[in-house]
Amino acid sequence: MANDSAKGIGKVIFSSSLGTLIEWYDFYIFGMLAKTISVQFFPEGNDTAALLSTLAIFAAGFLVRPFGALVFGRLGDLIGRKSTFLLTLVLMGSSTFLIGLVPGYKTIGIAAPLLVLVLRLIQGLALGGEYGGAATYVAEHAPAGRRGYFTAWIQTTATLGLFVALGIIMAVKSNMSDAAFTAEWGGWRYPFWISILLVGVSVYIRLKMNESPLFTKLLKEGKTSVNPLKESFGHKANFKMVLLALFGAVMGQGVIWYTGQFYAQSFLENTVKIEFMQNREILLWGIALATPFFVFFGWLSDKIGRKWIMLTGMLLGVIFYRPIFGTMLKDANAKEWMKDNSNLSDGVYNEGFKKDTILSSEGIFIVEHKEIRWMHKEIRFIEKRNDSIKFIGSLYPPLSSLGPTKLSELETIQILDTKPTYSNIILSPSLKWKFIFLIWIMIIFVTMVYGPVAAFLVELFPTKIRYTSMSLPYHIGNGVFGGLVPFIATLLSTTFANDPLVGLWYPIGVAALCFVIGAMYLSNKADENIND
Amino acid sequence: MNQLKKVMGVLWMLIAPLVIYFLIMGAVHNISSIGTKDINKPVPWIIIIGIFTPIAMGLFIFGYYAFKGEYNKQTQSSKGI
Repeated sequence: MANDSAKGIGKVIFSSSLGTLIEWYDFYIFGMLAKTISVQFFPEGNDTAALLSTLAIFAAGFLVRPFGALVFGRLGDLIGRKSTFLLTLVLMGSSTFLIGLVPGYKTIGIAAPLLVLVLRLIQGLALGGEYGGAATYVAEHAPAGRRGYFTAWIQTTATLGLFVALGIIMAVKSNMSDAAFTAEWGGWRYPFWISILLVGVSVYIRLKMNESPLFTKLLKEGKTSVNPLKESFGHKANFKMVLLALFGAVMGQGVIWYTGQFYAQSFLENTVKIEFMQNREILLWGIALATPFFVFFGWLSDKIGRKWIMLTGMLLGVIFYRPIFGTMLKDANAKEWMKDNSNLSDGVYNEGFKKDTILSSEGIFIVEHKEIRWMHKEIRFIEKRNDSIKFIGSLYPPLSSLGPTKLSELETIQILDTKPTYSNIILSPSLKWKFIFLIWIMIIFVTMVYGPVAAFLVELFPTKIRYTSMSLPYHIGNGVFGGLVPFIATLLSTTFANDPLVGLWYPIGVAALCFVIGAMYLSNKADENIND
Repeated sequence: MNQLKKVMGVLWMLIAPLVIYFLIMGAVHNISSIGTKDINKPVPWIIIIGIFTPIAMGLFIFGYYAFKGEYNKQTQSSKGI
């Protein structure tokens, strides 16, 4: 009997987690392929396309996710968890698949970015409805005293979805040339098409599952909510718990989650300048080694309470973010390596030139990139210098047909940019493992705040309005507070240009505020009985 | 502790309008037709200020509730809601 029960809950966890993982995968691949998508659908120089691109980035995360939480949360409390999170899965899967089928801007013009925007907004809407349903569904099947452990499996999905997305994109990319990957109907579309298979399997599994026992009981007794939105946010007793959940837990959880998994990756790529594939490899290892800790901290929260595990994760982020990011910046500082020539083994080991011609309304720019490939100890990197020549005047006939005399008649301005830039850093194996360790630590912080949070939210609200009440603060915490990390980081680094780590003050500040509120107002005592 | 919770409630109420003020000032200083970053475009600011205004109002209400002693009894239970 106990074995049957264990099998039952195992199935519940598997079916719920698989679907949620796929939804995260679907949501992430758009962001990860943003550069390619931008070239295909949102070409530079077209104001309407640029506006649609901005809307696709900001509206999907900030506006539509919380809205999806309200729409599907309400539905989940009215008609049931199972039907609702089946609907979100189908919506997410089909919109992802369809993004992979939209012809590029070159083929259908402005209809392309418009279609992609609509499909991206549907993705955001579906994501807003999925998590609350899956977490509620698992928690309402879990026995008292093990809710943290069981819901922690749902908590692994956001990170595993990132892992699968990274893995599939890397696998596709490494099997074809850059040109084949970025072409209009190129390899970048494969991850979108793969989604329909994953969703198909997940829908099939979920269809076989039963409705949550607690919701079924409410339904039989006729005690379901008539107006979940009004009861969640219109009644003070519940609304004050929604506010407490947001400002005392999920606001800090959102920024710790985003900083450890996403900001770290973009920091390594854009500030530290680690080479594309190695950057992903570092993140993949960090995620793979840290993921079991979601389940560990979920389990631990059943034993010692949820509050202090989550708040400790926030506090560790507040204390260690600047030292960790600072170490990564210091350890991969090519400018420092160039100062000490003795460590540059064999000096230049490769040198090359590349020319680009850029046409603009002001004239023609010919930019010559001089690339020198260096090796410092076992670390490889590229030094790049740009020498630009700008021609002002007629663009016709083409430059190549002009003789030396004609060419000299054009007004030219030579811009010699002698300031070198360093990029494509490939770390030595030992340094790479140090970076993996640093990323791993930051994802451990994520597992501390994120592992117990589903059980924490479930216990805070009654069954009849649970889906609605927990979905909104979760998606504001993750989507809005977490999603704002890169925007505010850019804002801060533009205002205070001398400090490359200044962008970290936003997640540090939000996590610190959340820590203080959580420490003062939250209880560490888990609610044993959620059947209310 | 309950007294501290109430006093801190006033702080949360003060932070709420400050957040909106800083966001509006950030928008005024950074929106520019010359810049190419997201912070130079008006649309992200409109969306962010639009979504943050109700959140800041929520923080203000949270502070008000804390000041009124609504959170004096620590709870992690849905009983009584």
